[in-house]
Amino acid sequence: MDALREAEAKLTVYVHPSNAADVRRAVARQLSSLLFSYEDRFDGVLLAHEATVESEQGKILNGLVPYFGVPVHANLLLYSPKPDMMLEGKVEMLGKESIHAIVLGVFSAAIMLDDIHEKFKFKRKKYGGKFVSRSDKQHVIKKGSMIRFSVKRVDAEMNCHVTGSLIPPHTGSMLWLSVHDDEYALEINSGKRSRDNKIKTEQHEQDHSVKSSGRKHKSKSRKRSFEER
Amino acid sequence: MGAELRRDDMEVAEEDISDSQAFRFVEHVLQSVRMDPFQVDLRDKEEYDSLLSIVDSSKKRSYDDEALLVTTLKALSEAVSKIDIMYHHALLNNIFTMSIWYLNSDTRDALLSLITRLAAVADQFLRECLQMLVNNFTPPGSLTAFIGQPRWLARKKEIYSQLHESLRMISDTVPLAPRMLKDIIDRSMPKLFDNKAKMVSFVECMLGLDNDRMGDLIGALLLAKVVDLLTELDVNITWEDILQDEHNKGIFDMELEDLGEDEDSLGQEGTKALFGGNACAEKLDGLMVVFCEHLKSCKEHGRLPQEFDILKTIFRASVLRVHKSKFAQFIMFYACSLDPEICGLEFALFLSDIFIKKEEDSISRMSAVSYVGSYLSRARFISADTVVGILKRLVDWCVDYCDLQNNIGITTKPINHQIFYASCQAVMYILCFRLRSIMDYPNLKAQLFNMPFGYILTHPLEPLKVCLPSIVDEFLRQAKAARLFNASVHSEFEDALESDLSKTFGGMNRLDMFFPFDPYLLKESDRYMRPNFEYWSMVKTTYNNYNSDVDDELVDLDAPEMNVGSLDDHVEIDLNSDDDLEYSMNKMSITPNRSFFHQIMANSDTGLTMPARIRPSVSPPS
Repeated sequence: MDALREAEAKLTVYVHPSNAADVRRAVARQLSSLLFSYEDRFDGVLLAHEATVESEQGKILNGLVPYFGVPVHANLLLYSPKPDMMLEGKVEMLGKESIHAIVLGVFSAAIMLDDIHEKFKFKRKKYGGKFVSRSDKQHVIKKGSMIRFSVKRVDAEMNCHVTGSLIPPHTGSMLWLSVHDDEYALEINSGKRSRDNKIKTEQHEQDHSVKSSGRKHKSKSRKRSFEER
Repeated sequence: MGAELRRDDMEVAEEDISDSQAFRFVEHVLQSVRMDPFQVDLRDKEEYDSLLSIVDSSKKRSYDDEALLVTTLKALSEAVSKIDIMYHHALLNNIFTMSIWYLNSDTRDALLSLITRLAAVADQFLRECLQMLVNNFTPPGSLTAFIGQPRWLARKKEIYSQLHESLRMISDTVPLAPRMLKDIIDRSMPKLFDNKAKMVSFVECMLGLDNDRMGDLIGALLLAKVVDLLTELDVNITWEDILQDEHNKGIFDMELEDLGEDEDSLGQEGTKALFGGNACAEKLDGLMVVFCEHLKSCKEHGRLPQEFDILKTIFRASVLRVHKSKFAQFIMFYACSLDPEICGLEFALFLSDIFIKKEEDSISRMSAVSYVGSYLSRARFISADTVVGILKRLVDWCVDYCDLQNNIGITTKPINHQIFYASCQAVMYILCFRLRSIMDYPNLKAQLFNMPFGYILTHPLEPLKVCLPSIVDEFLRQAKAARLFNASVHSEFEDALESDLSKTFGGMNRLDMFFPFDPYLLKESDRYMRPNFEYWSMVKTTYNNYNSDVDDELVDLDAPEMNVGSLDDHVEIDLNSDDDLEYSMNKMSITPNRSFFHQIMANSDTGLTMPARIRPSVSPPS
């Protein structure tokens, strides 16, 4: 999926002296504390990390508590949806005015009435309801169906809550698309999603420092390269 | 939607209005004020205001109003995409400040479904929605007085289950919501000075969440929060509160008459007298009931082992080292008693592991060994072979320690060997309670008699001189009767109450006085502990077999003591009078024979002969 991204990062993780006995674990725990929350520096939500400690020597901070900085090289898996990306999700709840889907089993996305294509008509059923396309009765979106939609807006503050849209082409129920939408069908049949156009970007960032829950976490002149698929 | 509306009374429009018309109307109103307030048409503004007055949190409603509210709420949940945080601020505010406790069942449904929809629509409402649901964990202030009535109990259950359902639905549509809920619950936790009803209902609802699928996500945190609250309440009950009252009782010798009169009023009177209306104790009592019920339901649903694992971790982190805690640790006791084979055993091993591990800090280790001692002595559900097994571990450790000391040369300052003395004391304490019952099993007896007690007790470190005299004395008495070891060991305390060594040790180190599972004094929750709790009065001693005269003598000596604190043992169990008085004295004391001494010393000036466990609590270490 477009919104998933791998990144490499050079980080300096500040470890409390009480954890000096097992630095690797302390680093992993520190990184794990960032899981599933939006992180500005990564420009996304951290889903997984794999870190190797680069040097045996850490720099000790001045201060009351001598935290020491451990240079770490980390591979990160990030979720960072951007407008106009295509996402896939499972419909969890729907009503006349909105469809709520879950992306990757964790992230929520909502599609409001204004963003649902006019061709869909809501049919009320006893339990919930469903959207049925006026042009093709086969095209149905109901609770549990997988849908493909484009990202309209991302709320970074709230763990990348996505407001989506079903208006652009190649959106709708994935089951229906796989048969009736040529481009999508081609894409899934070729078994890859335009993996050729890898773009490598390098990005240099300024020093950041963040204190989180009494511990320090800092990334210095981080060099990041990531692939955009 | 299947709501039956009282159409003729609808205020929104004229007669014969259908659901969908009402819905469209509300949608229109919402849409029409979605602009700069100055541009809003006056008529639209009026309609919006009337909408606001329908959804008013403070209003008292007639049946008609309530029906109107249901329709409006349903209409709103159909139109959530039109609701805007900017322009409908007043409306949202009204919705989020509503209390579901006064509403009818239908209305509650409608409101909660609106909340779940709002939470899912745009994340900007999520926090408010969760906050609103959490706020409703507790009934509004004016209701708390009635909440105990049976009429409300059923309703309370219903409301809780609706709240849980809504929270679950929110977590379905917004999978990361529990993270936020965690923060919100954390911040809304009842504080120490909140009233009891509020505390109890909040915790009840909170623990209810743990039963749910939500429990997998944030259950551990919820439990930790509750245990923290219990401990906090616990340490705020001072022993002075309890003792003062007990002493007064003793002085005035009143409770015998009281008992006769109040027999049917159960423990309530007793509690009051016991704690002098100590608010913390009452709150703790209520919460303990809720917690025990929760554990019981876990047991019924087969989730006790998982729950117990979490509890163990929490216990380790926030109860083990709190020496002032007197009752909170009984949640572990109760959990163990629910499943003696797995949890009960596991707890004993868990504690002895902490004790034996060198990496643990000494406070934890000493605490742990005190816990082991107290637990194995008091837990009736623990089998004799488990006791022997753990004893073996402790004794082995002591032997190793003695050997090590022999090798490196002994410094006899007790303070350097705290852990050793604490474990010796635990071993003796356990044997005081258990020796007789172990003797019934020939194989266990053989195992026990193979342990080198003589070596440890006669070691130059002289544990007998340092440990608590009353325990040493009782232990020696029993050991002698049972011929546990051959070495000629005799008590050093025959003429002195506490040796100097023991005093320094006790003075420097409170742990030798720490007996976590002493008799449980909270009235309401006592029923959970009592059946599994071993009272000293019921312990069979080894010397009882051979020498009943002494025992009688003892009872006689105890007799005048009986009034001290015999407050609450009268109701549920029909103890015969001897048991009663021994039991009553036990409530205060950890030490089997204390009153024997106490009796002798009572007339002299020894204020020092207070029951051991009281002292450390009164003067906590700084």
